[in-house]
Amino acid sequence: MTRRRIHLAAHFPGVNNTTVWTDPAAGSQIDFSSFEHFARTAERGFFDYLFLAEGLRLREHRGQLHDLDVAGRPNTLAILTALAAVTEHIGLVGTLNTTFNEPYELARQLGTLDLLSGGRAGWNAVTSSDAFHGANFRRGGYLDHADRYVRASEFAELSKALWSSWRDDAIVADAETGAFLRDDAIARVRHETRLFDVDAVFDVPRSPQGRPVIVQAGDSPDGRDFATAHADVIFSLHTAFDDAQQFYRDVKGRLAAHGRDEDSLKILPAATFVLGDTEAEAREHSREIALAQVRPQTAITYLEQIWNRDLSGYDADGPLPDVEPDTGVETAQGFAGRHAAIRARVGQLRAQATAENLSIRELVIRLTANHTFVGTPEHVASEIDRYVQERATDGFTVVGHVTPHGLDEFTEKVVPLLQERGSYRRSYDEGATLHDLLGLPPVVAGAPDTPGPHDTATAAAR
Amino acid sequence: MSDRIHLAVALDGAGWHPAAWRERTARPAELTSPAYWRALARTADDAGLLLATIEDALSLGGRSFEQDAETRRDLVRGRLDAVLVASFLAPVTRRIGLVPTATTTHPEPFHLATGLQTLDHVSRGRGGVRLVAGSTAQERANFGRRADGPTGLPASGRVEDDPALLAAFREAGEVADVIRRLADSWEDDAIVRDLASGKFLDRDRVHNVDFEGEFFSITGASIVPRSPQGQPLVTALAHQSVPYRFAAEHADLVFVTPADAAAVHGIRSELAEAADAARTLDEPLRVFADLLVLVEETPAAAAAVWNRLQERAPLTTDARVVVGTADDVVDEIRALADAGVDGVRLRPARLPADLEAIADRVIPRAASAGILLPDDGAPTLRERVGLPRLASRYARQEVGA
Repeated sequence: MTRRRIHLAAHFPGVNNTTVWTDPAAGSQIDFSSFEHFARTAERGFFDYLFLAEGLRLREHRGQLHDLDVAGRPNTLAILTALAAVTEHIGLVGTLNTTFNEPYELARQLGTLDLLSGGRAGWNAVTSSDAFHGANFRRGGYLDHADRYVRASEFAELSKALWSSWRDDAIVADAETGAFLRDDAIARVRHETRLFDVDAVFDVPRSPQGRPVIVQAGDSPDGRDFATAHADVIFSLHTAFDDAQQFYRDVKGRLAAHGRDEDSLKILPAATFVLGDTEAEAREHSREIALAQVRPQTAITYLEQIWNRDLSGYDADGPLPDVEPDTGVETAQGFAGRHAAIRARVGQLRAQATAENLSIRELVIRLTANHTFVGTPEHVASEIDRYVQERATDGFTVVGHVTPHGLDEFTEKVVPLLQERGSYRRSYDEGATLHDLLGLPPVVAGAPDTPGPHDTATAAAR
Repeated sequence: MSDRIHLAVALDGAGWHPAAWRERTARPAELTSPAYWRALARTADDAGLLLATIEDALSLGGRSFEQDAETRRDLVRGRLDAVLVASFLAPVTRRIGLVPTATTTHPEPFHLATGLQTLDHVSRGRGGVRLVAGSTAQERANFGRRADGPTGLPASGRVEDDPALLAAFREAGEVADVIRRLADSWEDDAIVRDLASGKFLDRDRVHNVDFEGEFFSITGASIVPRSPQGQPLVTALAHQSVPYRFAAEHADLVFVTPADAAAVHGIRSELAEAADAARTLDEPLRVFADLLVLVEETPAAAAAVWNRLQERAPLTTDARVVVGTADDVVDEIRALADAGVDGVRLRPARLPADLEAIADRVIPRAASAGILLPDDGAPTLRERVGLPRLASRYARQEVGA
């Protein structure tokens, strides 16, 4: 029986408290040399792709810039395209918002990345509805929460139509006759709905993989529907084995309704790891990292975001605050759900702290610095393999805790063990594109099979 | 004795002649491939050119207002996003400035600004932009966000006679402004990594831009820490009064299109007048003249190629055209240098052929004729064109206070 193939993605450690900038080995999160090192390490470890989050606004805490964590990052598309120039095999995937972009422009930017990388581009399509981020954009913060996934879904539909609007053989470049393009080289893409009124002729040729890989990260029912309709990969947070298996079954079970088979959607949850020569050493190391990730000030700040109050008078090593959260003006219309949700969340945290006798800092460590895999390289390799062979995941999106060297140890110590087990590649031999590396079915050809204009409005209205 | 000047190059598809793709030296099937752009950029970089501009537009027909721009099949069609092409070229080049074209009507100014800051980081201080105002009906249909906009130049040919074009230039001005504001929003030393206080960032050295304009508003600071040049080099192409005013008010460097060297003086005075009225930047505006060039070993050979190209698809252009030998091009460059430009941007009629001719023959001859400024080793593009690295406006305020 052949073993199921493990797929790994590598997340560049970014803007959050889990990236330990106080580590003496921590480097710049901006310099290109950091990204280049990270990408080369991931390529040496035969990862499927590297993955970047996106920044739309600097984080704030109680009306001021949050100053405890790594802040500031490059523009996602620009850094991925620069990385295309210094890598050969690895996929290049970025989070890019469907709310604060326009389909024609984002599709041509992703099309550009796809062509310049030889078919290695991917897009983690996310949504946003909040006015805080919207304040940096022309579109602003007006989009209704309910419309987020309607726009996202139509955005993906429209992007796919644009990417498939050029025939593979559109460019004939016949110097004798003077025909640069075939007559029927490009299909016009019409998409007219409540949210879009696009009548487009795309200007980027088709890429070697047909279109970029689409990744999805939301976990709501709308998010799962979006994923089963549009995504090639799900970046989930379901890492506990039973929970992961259940999520896997649920999502893969929905695919048939969309005419898709199991292999057409890969599930790669986020996973952190801590290695040691012995189990005890790994646990000790994990504890040190957690304490660096959640410093006392970080723990108080975390609670202040939930309580919406100044909690600076509380001791991070003491019990949870005895004050109630500030839920704002209770009479404000439409906010009842939010008040109840905050109070429920606080109640939940208090119950957990009491049951396990946790200080503020220890509670926040449980919530944010809970490492997925802790142990010897043998243990971590065997766990990753077990998840994949027993259909809890198709692999993982690995994130280290130090920039940019956080992937080095994993690549040097865990990857060879996965290879020995026969469930991980020893070379990039599947093909040149990210679709190939992920083992996804080929993208259905565009214009040649569907002559005439695309009419995505019809599809979107169904 | 001429003043010494810089040479730049303008890269676009198979070259600036519409029939260039049909030449034997062209690589028409590779115009959107990584190998093609890497080769062009390396040729230009190795030749010692100051900067390369990269053309762009947001529709299949480019910025043409012609009805058949999207349906013609005899011209080069298909292109890549120029800001991303420049980002791709940054790690594989060493010295050359990378100046992509960006239109100011449709893209989100915040995304454009952070993209340019990132270009400056990945190129270690070699990033710039050429801003283009306005949109065509085809671009508007592609985006589907705005119905109104310019429909072409008015009958007079003057931008000031079309309210839609004037609005497009006002919007371009806002985009130029926020690119600079966002670039300034992080002071140089905002990242402190202070173990004692536990602070990564000094929040007093990062500033929300709080920009409120006629066309858009932006509240926050950039997401990108300050880049090597502080601000990317902002450039524009200008042919007449309103664009001259835009360049004088907002650009570090302007590309102009004098019909001949004698016309440079008039353009320079009009730019100086506009700068007196509107310029708030401390530095002088750098002026580069455009020349479209086709270079062969003999005048007869050049004329033969030119005639063949013109028969296939006639070129209409805003720039002076030089068809001839490398010496002919050098003569033209010398005349422009004598007339007082700071640099010349060469538009190769054919790519890669005329870029190779520029690298192999024009530049060595211009250098030995003493026309070219030697590379002074300055680390950034801004400094290479003789402009200082700008301090953040917020840092300046503190010094003044």
